[in-house]
Amino acid sequence: MSRTSTGLLVGLILVLSPITALAQPKAADPAVIAKGEYLARAGDCIACHTAREGKTFAGGLPMKTPFGTLYTSNITPDSQTGIGTWTSDQFYQMMHSGRFPDGGLVYPAMPFASYTQVTREDSDAIYAYLRTVPPVKQLNKPHDLTFPFNNRSLILGWRTLFFREGEFKPDPTKSAEWNRGNYLVEGLGHCGMCHTPINALGGSKQSQAFEGGLIPMQNWYAPSLTSNKETGLGDWTIEEIVDYLRKGVSAKGAVYGPMAEVVYNSLQYLNDDDVRAMAVYLKGLAQGGPPEKASTALPSAESSLLLSFGKSIYDRDCASCHGATGQGMPPDYPPLAGNQSIQMVSAVNPIRMVLNGGYPPGTSGNPMPYGMPPFAQKLSDDEVAAVVTYIRTAWGNRGEPVSARQANELRAATLN
Amino acid sequence: MAARVLACAPCHGAEGEGTGDAYFPRLAGKPAGYLYNQLIAFRDGRRKYPPMNYLLEFQTDDYLKKIAEYFASLRPAFPPPVPPVDSKEILARGEAIVKNGDPQHGVPPCSACHGPTLGGMEPGIPGLLGLRAAYISGQLGGWRYGTRTAFAPDCMQIVASLLTEDDVKAVAAYLSSRPAPADPSFAARGSLPMPLECGSEPH
Ligand code: HEC
Ligand code: HEC
Ligand code: HEC
Ligand code: HEC
Ligand code: HEC
Repeated sequence: MSRTSTGLLVGLILVLSPITALAQPKAADPAVIAKGEYLARAGDCIACHTAREGKTFAGGLPMKTPFGTLYTSNITPDSQTGIGTWTSDQFYQMMHSGRFPDGGLVYPAMPFASYTQVTREDSDAIYAYLRTVPPVKQLNKPHDLTFPFNNRSLILGWRTLFFREGEFKPDPTKSAEWNRGNYLVEGLGHCGMCHTPINALGGSKQSQAFEGGLIPMQNWYAPSLTSNKETGLGDWTIEEIVDYLRKGVSAKGAVYGPMAEVVYNSLQYLNDDDVRAMAVYLKGLAQGGPPEKASTALPSAESSLLLSFGKSIYDRDCASCHGATGQGMPPDYPPLAGNQSIQMVSAVNPIRMVLNGGYPPGTSGNPMPYGMPPFAQKLSDDEVAAVVTYIRTAWGNRGEPVSARQANELRAATLN
Repeated sequence: MAARVLACAPCHGAEGEGTGDAYFPRLAGKPAGYLYNQLIAFRDGRRKYPPMNYLLEFQTDDYLKKIAEYFASLRPAFPPPVPPVDSKEILARGEAIVKNGDPQHGVPPCSACHGPTLGGMEPGIPGLLGLRAAYISGQLGGWRYGTRTAFAPDCMQIVASLLTEDDVKAVAAYLSSRPAPADPSFAARGSLPMPLECGSEPH
């Protein structure tokens, strides 16, 4: 289901909300609190609302954007500096409508555009849980934004373009599992925040300005989850998607970059049924179909030279882990042959992997991951370009060649 | 375990022996508690070196402990000490600070915590031999400028900020000129009366 069609359901849902609004949960009900804790994991609140080495949920994490730095809020129940005085109605209004208790507009860095789908009951459970976490007295840091972005009325424009308020409404023609997956992926999981093409590929400049800082866009590319060409989840089994999301490694690929954070803080804590439901939903998005042909006609004289240079580097530095024909040794060493995440139009992901190496996150399903060494010191820009070109085009892969300049530019990309 | 930590090899050597680059430290044979504290500090961003902060960001305490124990258990040979290039006076000044401190400026002897043989003390204090001069002065500089911090109270931060630039140079020159023992010899936990309290060395 697309964002526009969910938007059309807003009217229907409004009819339902006054009824549930009266049913305030007792803050002390342990089952509701446990459910709220689980849902807060699914929403990955901790990733943004806890600073490095800071107190849990006390906020203060800087979120860099092209127009300045936002600081996340203290959402502990401290009554002066946190949200201790908020009612469950006010909390729901924040999640659902992106408005503060006084009606003020919230920056979309807080993913209310996704959380708007969260049901009143689930919002109340998260609220009940957040009231039980230790209160922390810590004033919110003022945002450090440049003119004109420091003017919250600009958010209005963003809202008309991109915000469709409305709770999730199940699609009766689909299975309960699919609907659960849809709810988690489009709602609490806020996967679209990194994965929607609007964010990743442009849209209006203003929208990019607001969202560019959320995904370190210049540095990592989050594949669109709807397009077969880019994700190819059509070739994945449900089991492989479940492993990828929950353990961080799978027979098809390993998670890295910002996706590692999502698995580490959020997805590994979800139960098998929920992750499976997400996989079922994602699989439905990626319509199967024949893979697209590579757009460059290989081999021209130069690109074949680049390829043979790349192959010699690959055989020397990569084949010991990724295999002579890119088959890898999954799940510990991901395959590169047929791995969609390195063939996307944007080549930043494979270039950065080669420069910086990486470890999949340590999860309960894969507590001691194998790692990849960084090659930034060992390989020159030309060598990085050659080996990345090789892995993007060898073994039937359909990516395009990359240049030494592209490799060079990413050397300066900030880590973390 | 060796295969799991191949990602560390380009900078620290396949057995944690260090590499030709003076700034990349040896890991092998250092106290496991000390290495563990460092890995946690890199993961949490308290000790800064972006390529390492990045690699460790999403690893659990348990795994970092296993990595620390693994490198602590290795015994690759040390490279021969570099013949000192500094003057006798500088080396003598370094030796004096290491063994006796600088009472006039409140600097405690390094040996008071790092042990009379400078072999370190279990569980959290590393030995000071087998390190190169550039690395030692780099670390002392890190404490002075805040890019390296240890658990509070951070005694090394206090020690490093009491030293002058010349003191740092002298201490680094002296320590790096001493041969490292083939086998690490840690003082037993709590066996030395430390002049300052250290968060990384609970007693
Ligand atoms: C991608 C980062 C991100 C995630 C994930 C996130 N938040 Fe936020 N949140 C923010 C930012 C940034 C703000 C500040 C927005 C502003 O000032 O307009 C904020 C503000 C808030 C506030 C307003 C508090 C106040 O007093 O200012 C609440 C409540 C809140 N978030 C709750 C949550 C909950 C509950 C979750 C998980 C379900 C969550 N957030 C997940 C980034 C995030
Ligand atoms: C902070 C940004 C961010 C968020 C939030 C995020 N992702 Fe990702 N995701 C990425 C990036 C970047 C990649 C590419 C790196 C990789 O393959 O590990 C990726 C890759 C993936 C892939 C693999 C695609 C492929 O073809 O290899 C899947 C599946 C995926 N994400 C699903 C999800 C789901 C489901 C959610 C929501 C629960 C989500 N992502 C939330 C950034 C994000
Ligand atoms: C010591 C083993 C090892 C070596 C050598 C190695 N890699 Fe990797 N590689 C890995 C591991 C482990 C991962 C998963 C890392 C992660 O998820 O952060 C990985 C991930 C990747 C990825 C991302 C694919 C995915 O789905 O996660 C690419 C691209 C890649 N490697 C390319 C290379 C290239 C090119 C070389 C040689 C220049 C190389 N690797 C050398 C172990 C290795
Ligand atoms: C790109 C090079 C590089 C890679 C890869 C790397 N390190 Fe390091 N490591 C360094 C440097 C440089 C320092 C010293 C940093 C400083 O100045 O504080 C260091 C310091 C350390 C220390 C502290 C040593 C001490 O005596 O205080 C430990 C422990 C460590 N690294 C472990 C690891 C492990 C484990 C891995 C693999 C997961 C790894 N490193 C990968 C470069 C690297
Ligand atoms: C009060 C006890 C104490 C004294 C005195 C002391 N140290 Fe330390 N030193 C420590 C502790 C504890 C650590 C480990 C800190 C950590 O966990 O990062 C340390 C670590 C170090 C390191 C880092 C080693 C590495 O492998 O990265 C160096 C270098 C060092 N000390 C040098 C010195 C010098 C030089 C002196 C004397 C001028 C000195 N220390 C005096 C307690 C002390």
